[in-house]
Amino acid sequence: MSRLDWQIGTVVAITTDTPRVKTFTLSLPHWTAHRAGQHYDLRLSAADGYQTERSYSIASPPEQTGEIALTVELIADGEVSGYLHEGVAVGDQLELRGPIGGYFVWPAGAPAAPLLLVAGGSGVVPLMAMLRHRQRAGLPNPAVLLFSIRTPEEVIYQQELEDMAAADPAFTLLLTYTRQAPAGWAGYHHRVDAAMLAEAVAYLPGAPQCYVCGPTGLVENVATLLQTQGLPDEAIRTERFGPTGG
Amino acid sequence: MPFINKGFHAKRPTGGAHKLPPGQYETQDFPVLTAGPTPRINLANWEFRLEGLVENPVKWSWNEFNALPQQSFNPDIHCVTKWSKFDTKWRGVSLDTLLEHVQLKPEAEFVLAFSYGGYTTNLPLADLRNGQAFIGLQYEGKPLAPEHGGPARLVVPHLYFWKSAKWVQGLRLMEVNKPGFWEEAGYSMYGDPWKEQRYGSDDDDEADPSSLRR
Ligand SMILES: Cc1cc2nc3c(=O)[nH]c(=O)nc-3n(C[C@H](O)[C@H](O)[C@H](O)COP(=O)(O)OP(=O)(O)OC[C@H]3O[C@@H](n4cnc5c(N)ncnc54)[C@H](O)[C@@H]3O)c2cc1C
Repeated sequence: MSRLDWQIGTVVAITTDTPRVKTFTLSLPHWTAHRAGQHYDLRLSAADGYQTERSYSIASPPEQTGEIALTVELIADGEVSGYLHEGVAVGDQLELRGPIGGYFVWPAGAPAAPLLLVAGGSGVVPLMAMLRHRQRAGLPNPAVLLFSIRTPEEVIYQQELEDMAAADPAFTLLLTYTRQAPAGWAGYHHRVDAAMLAEAVAYLPGAPQCYVCGPTGLVENVATLLQTQGLPDEAIRTERFGPTGG
Repeated sequence: MPFINKGFHAKRPTGGAHKLPPGQYETQDFPVLTAGPTPRINLANWEFRLEGLVENPVKWSWNEFNALPQQSFNPDIHCVTKWSKFDTKWRGVSLDTLLEHVQLKPEAEFVLAFSYGGYTTNLPLADLRNGQAFIGLQYEGKPLAPEHGGPARLVVPHLYFWKSAKWVQGLRLMEVNKPGFWEEAGYSMYGDPWKEQRYGSDDDDEADPSSLRR
């Protein structure tokens, strides 16, 4: 069986990360080690023969063998995210194939380069796989996650990220709230801009490898700003989740 | 027995007269998918080249290229990341028009499109002819935006959209089929949405290039 053949996974856990985001952990009969940043394709089939597919980044690290975690944001009127959020329970089965994607990945034999991760909303998912891999594999690469979200209730993986940052001096978590910040918040409270990126880079001891993931507007803007700050194109990898805006 | 997700059904009717390839969904947006930052291209240095297995390589500047006859195209487009978009409105130069300017060597069978920023993708030459492909310069009546591949992108609507190289800089005519950027990364050598050729393993027969021809 090839990693690109369809297989049927079983949902073994569902966690609610935010009011609009759930993580589905699936055990797979044919699990293949992935590289952090890769995704699976998920296929839904209706009784009348209708089928549709969507891609979901792998949130779990390759160290979590035999299963994968997919973190799915509920999109208003979304066909697949709506079904997953409303129609899927522990014990249900889902058809999927992967791991897929050879570019937006943090190399398996990770180079020592520092990591600058910039996420908007659910764009944090593939970056979380990198951070979890870094932690579980004990990789020394200094890392910064700059995470842009609209409101406090939308911070995916908040507790885990804060714990990771508290336990590891080589990892810095920077949050920016674009609409509403928590009470007493002294940190960033606007969209990612040049000054914020320069500060994020300054936490790192050298030129970083950058991974940027989120809505198109954020990714376009951040990638251009990083270019402007003199980072070479090869050091900037991007993934855009669907629509414009954000 | 085929696998069925209980309780799942299509959420909305799609397309009217249009058809969706298997696994795709319709979007009204124009999503952007790119591996890295958008290249910034200076029109003063822009050029488009036809090279490789041609008797007379040609090169157009931006002004020369824009002086070529242009047409409107309204194709349905299909991205391997699952979205399809119906009835997109483009203006550009047909590949038939461009190919009139070169004399192909008889062994020219495949094309490698190459782009500013280093992107490449491969296609059979036959798929670029007879009104099947064009270089898009305008989208919805405006110059094509940089994030969508402006100033100029290849558009080959009958194949998955990664074959429609953004920021295209030229086409290299070749005798053998060589994988481009995503093809090297495991994507299909041909990319027919109707056969759902997303990845190399979806190709009828990866080893036999003749099976990649239509
Ligand atoms: C490589 C890759 C990795 C991805 N990883 C993840 C992931 O880890 N987690 C995740 O939640 N999603 C991820 N996505 C997005 C995901 O594939 C779907 O697009 C998303 O779940 C919406 O599908 P849907 O069927 O619910 O909505 P649809 O029924 O397809 O769309 C409903 C409406 O919402 C619009 N829409 C579609 N997608 C979005 C969106 N992302 N935000 C806002 N509006 C949208 C559509 O244009 C449409 O109008 C990824 C996409 C790609 C290409």
